[in-house]
Amino acid sequence: MTVPVREKDDYRPSARRIARERLRRSRTRRSVVIAAVSTVVTAVVLYLVITRSPGWPRTRETFFDWHYAKVALPQVLKGLWLNVRLLVCCGALVLVLGLLLALARTLRGPVFFPLRLLATAYVDFFRGLPLIICLLGTVFGVPALRLQGVPNDPVVLGGVALVLTYSAYVAEVFRAGIETVHPSQRAAARSLGLTGAQAMRYVILPQAVRRVVPPLLNDLVSLQKDTGLVSIAGAVDAVYAAQIITAQSFNYTPYVVAGLVFVALTIPMTRLTDWVSARMNRRQSQGGTV
Amino acid sequence: MTEPVLRLEQVRKTYGGALVLRGVDLDVAPHTVTALIGASGSGKSTLLRCANLLEEIDDGAIFLDGAEITDPRADPDAVRRRIGVVFQAYNLFPHMTVLDNVTLAPRRVHGVPRAEAQERAREILDRLGLAGRAADYPDRLSGGQQQRVAIARAVAVRPRLLLLDEITAALDPELVGEVLSVVRDLKDDGMTMVIATHEMGFAREVADQVCFLDEGVVHERGTAAEVFGAPREERTRRFLRRIVEAGRL
Repeated sequence: MTVPVREKDDYRPSARRIARERLRRSRTRRSVVIAAVSTVVTAVVLYLVITRSPGWPRTRETFFDWHYAKVALPQVLKGLWLNVRLLVCCGALVLVLGLLLALARTLRGPVFFPLRLLATAYVDFFRGLPLIICLLGTVFGVPALRLQGVPNDPVVLGGVALVLTYSAYVAEVFRAGIETVHPSQRAAARSLGLTGAQAMRYVILPQAVRRVVPPLLNDLVSLQKDTGLVSIAGAVDAVYAAQIITAQSFNYTPYVVAGLVFVALTIPMTRLTDWVSARMNRRQSQGGTV
Repeated sequence: MTEPVLRLEQVRKTYGGALVLRGVDLDVAPHTVTALIGASGSGKSTLLRCANLLEEIDDGAIFLDGAEITDPRADPDAVRRRIGVVFQAYNLFPHMTVLDNVTLAPRRVHGVPRAEAQERAREILDRLGLAGRAADYPDRLSGGQQQRVAIARAVAVRPRLLLLDEITAALDPELVGEVLSVVRDLKDDGMTMVIATHEMGFAREVADQVCFLDEGVVHERGTAAEVFGAPREERTRRFLRRIVEAGRL
């Protein structure tokens, strides 16, 4: 450990330091130039290869038609709003339910055996069940029951199917995180007099959650894409909006538009988590050049 | 005088606004042991981390066998291949057996064939009193054993220079002896070492050169007899008095 000593000496950089820094700067400049040149060359080569290939004109007409892109974009964006709402609601529910399932599986003591068993069975079942089957079952199967008080809205039912499947995935992510926290942390917490639940809440979970943020984000991005599957039940989301236009025109540009819109939605989320984890690392770990 | 293995010239290092090393000079002759002594925060560990290029220095220069290693054009990996380090907290790889810990660098960095690397590793482990432990995982060993494995790992690549960073600070008192006796053996083999330590008795016994650091400056440098027996500087005297009062010398 180092006791901070403020710079109060009359320090002047030596000639050696100045030369060294000049060398570093010139190296940085060279790297920038090399990167720029290599990027331009790559871009030109890619452009030439793609535009000169035999099928390009037809590919461009079918998938990259500017006219249809302009027609599709407002419809797709209107549909996307549904996807975003689904993502937010389902995402929140998935995180809560997933965490509860993970905690249920870590409970100790014979009393909790049935709870552990149920949680394990739930995770095993819904993690293995193809999402599309789960979705078809809820969206078309549940209304066929004609039960009173059960919604028939395909969006709600589709959301339920997504939550059922994704909470199983997320539960496993949380559980993996909890198990990577070293037992000594639990021992330290318990020896301070914290109860098992308090140790989990204040010591284990905060560390576990930080560790699993990247895989969690992975699942959320995946969930975001799969919100498009509610279109099979006839809910007009971004995918269905594109499908309607394609069905009328036999041009596939609207699908490309819808796809790009989804991609554009995930990128900021990825950058955000990168930034969050980088900040966490900076705070918690020692510096150094390796 | 022969060319020093390690030479520091006016090394300066800051962390943020904190000045940790303010112009340190040091020469380490071949086959000698240099002990860095001083209070916590005096810059001992930072000095070792800089010498191994784990930290980038702000100013000054460090030379290994006469070649400047702080030159931006120098290859840090090539430098580190020639310097062994033992850390205070052992830093063994918990997912590898003792034997794999020791043979990792010889095999992956120096390209020694597996059988040969293992044979040499077993020889070293044998000499460090760890003969039966090759197949164990580090967490199954005592602190003293783990630290001896860390030393075996560092010397397995036959480094030109060995840096020991308070290697007994995390050990129980009764385990300190076994680690220090290993260091004594290394000295007898002619290993060049720089040791940051709080074990004054050990420094006095084993070091050819003792350096007293305080607030990032080398205040006193000389043979063990000079620094411990007849310190010239008031700061050194004060530091040694505190050590004696604490019963550590």
